[in-house]
Amino acid sequence: MSRYRLIKDRISGNLFLVFTHLSILTVVLIGAGLYGKSVPILKQSSFFHLLFSSEWKPFKNQFGFLTYIVGSLIVTGLAIVIALPLSLLTAIFISEYMPRNLKRLLIPFIDLLSGIPPVVYGVWGVLTIVPFIQDKLAPHFVEFSSGYSALAGGVVLAVMIFPLIISILLEVFNTVPQELRDASFSLGANQWETVSHVVLKKSVPGILAATVLAVSRALGETIAVLMVCGNQALMPHSILDPVYPLPALIANNYGDMLSIPMYDSALMLSALILFVIIFLFNGISRIVLYRLERRSYA
Amino acid sequence: MVLATTIIVGSLVMILWTITVRGIRSLNWDMVSKVPEGGFYIGKGGGLLNAIIGSVYITMGATLLGLLISIPVVLYINIYARKDSWLATVARFTFDVSFGIPSIVYGAFGFTIMVYFGLRASLLAGIITVTLVIIPILARAMDEVIRRTPGELSDATYSLGATRWETSKVFLRQSLPGIMTAILLSSGRAIGDAASVLFTAGYTDSIPASLGQPAATLPLAIFFQLSSPIQEVQDRAYAAALILTVIVLIISLGSKYFSKKLSKNKI
Repeated sequence: MSRYRLIKDRISGNLFLVFTHLSILTVVLIGAGLYGKSVPILKQSSFFHLLFSSEWKPFKNQFGFLTYIVGSLIVTGLAIVIALPLSLLTAIFISEYMPRNLKRLLIPFIDLLSGIPPVVYGVWGVLTIVPFIQDKLAPHFVEFSSGYSALAGGVVLAVMIFPLIISILLEVFNTVPQELRDASFSLGANQWETVSHVVLKKSVPGILAATVLAVSRALGETIAVLMVCGNQALMPHSILDPVYPLPALIANNYGDMLSIPMYDSALMLSALILFVIIFLFNGISRIVLYRLERRSYA
Repeated sequence: MVLATTIIVGSLVMILWTITVRGIRSLNWDMVSKVPEGGFYIGKGGGLLNAIIGSVYITMGATLLGLLISIPVVLYINIYARKDSWLATVARFTFDVSFGIPSIVYGAFGFTIMVYFGLRASLLAGIITVTLVIIPILARAMDEVIRRTPGELSDATYSLGATRWETSKVFLRQSLPGIMTAILLSSGRAIGDAASVLFTAGYTDSIPASLGQPAATLPLAIFFQLSSPIQEVQDRAYAAALILTVIVLIISLGSKYFSKKLSKNKI
């Protein structure tokens, strides 16, 4: 009887160990799989040529990602520029100024909204942001804009990443020991001085990590951006022009690219680029956040 | 600061408001009870039952499969491995990082695998891809819960002579509400994810009868119908967006309920 129990224990242990290794290996597999698929195009032309050329003519075997990369960067940049200051101020307000009962109401609400699928944010963008840009905003600056533009993508993405940034920042502010605030108050500092000289200063790595996580989220977002960005592969002249970010390129062309082998490979390369960038970004910011967490326990 | 908070809360409320108002206007019983009929995509009759059922199948399948893989992993890194095990650290780090990898990358990878094994876009391929997306969420959420379980619990079971396997069972039962929260969290993500099922699950007007058939999903239904030039079809996209939002909100409220239950029983 007892031997039977020990055997069961040993078997389950080994089995679970295999599962753990497998799940870690998946990430490696994803990277390797995408790399394997993008080898053909890397053999044909150099990596840097692919990155910095804007010639995208699949039928002539020319694949330059520059327009798409610029599109991704503009949309992501706009989203961060809009979202970061607003989220930072909101997180400070919630964490340092707001009475506890209001806090208890607002934080679950923000959490709740972080669960809403991207496609719904996209619908909202099409319904409100796009017409607003087309009718109200764009006529002041350019002759014509359909509203489907980099700006629309930036705004929708910004709203999408509000909950993400705020919840990370709240956790970061939480790791700042209350004693530090108390000490600052006892020296006669007021609330704002305490926030800016103590809380924010202590949270700089955390704020950076939150920003990097938000950037990688925005870079990889597909559907919401695809719905509002216009998707025209032209170099944009202003943020009111349509852009065509990388994830949208992959999503739009996947179905019909199998007939052209190099096309397949080019799209896989763009998926690989996204994967590597986001993997690095996430890895670095997670390490920073782990450190912070450990500090708060120590 | 008050202004920033107002802008953020305001824009989030505005999303819910817009989706609800536009959605209710075009929502009717046919939408949730019928599959598309002939001429559906030029504004004729029918509903979205195919997409709703497809989404539910994929979400349930992926959650089941995800649990089968992530529960052993979580048990291993918390109970079987030693406290200072580097494997546990690596596993946690991997899950945290792969949590951030966009679902389009998973979708592209899933598609590569499909092509490699000669599979067509199908319910099965969709389930597998979505499983990859949600494993990090499931594993990390359950890991947090089991880690918070007091160490005295394992001291007690071991002192009674229990093996690690038996201790695992005790821990699982103890963290059941937490596991429910993890399941709901991940199904919220699974049901709303579009980019991962775009190439892998395909799209169809009928309800899939087997794993080998393609399956429609709600996010894709919204996406495809919104790009239609016909007003009636676009209206359906708004209604579908409302349906999806309501489902997701119910799921997340459910997970709030379970996590509250969890903290009530905390020792």
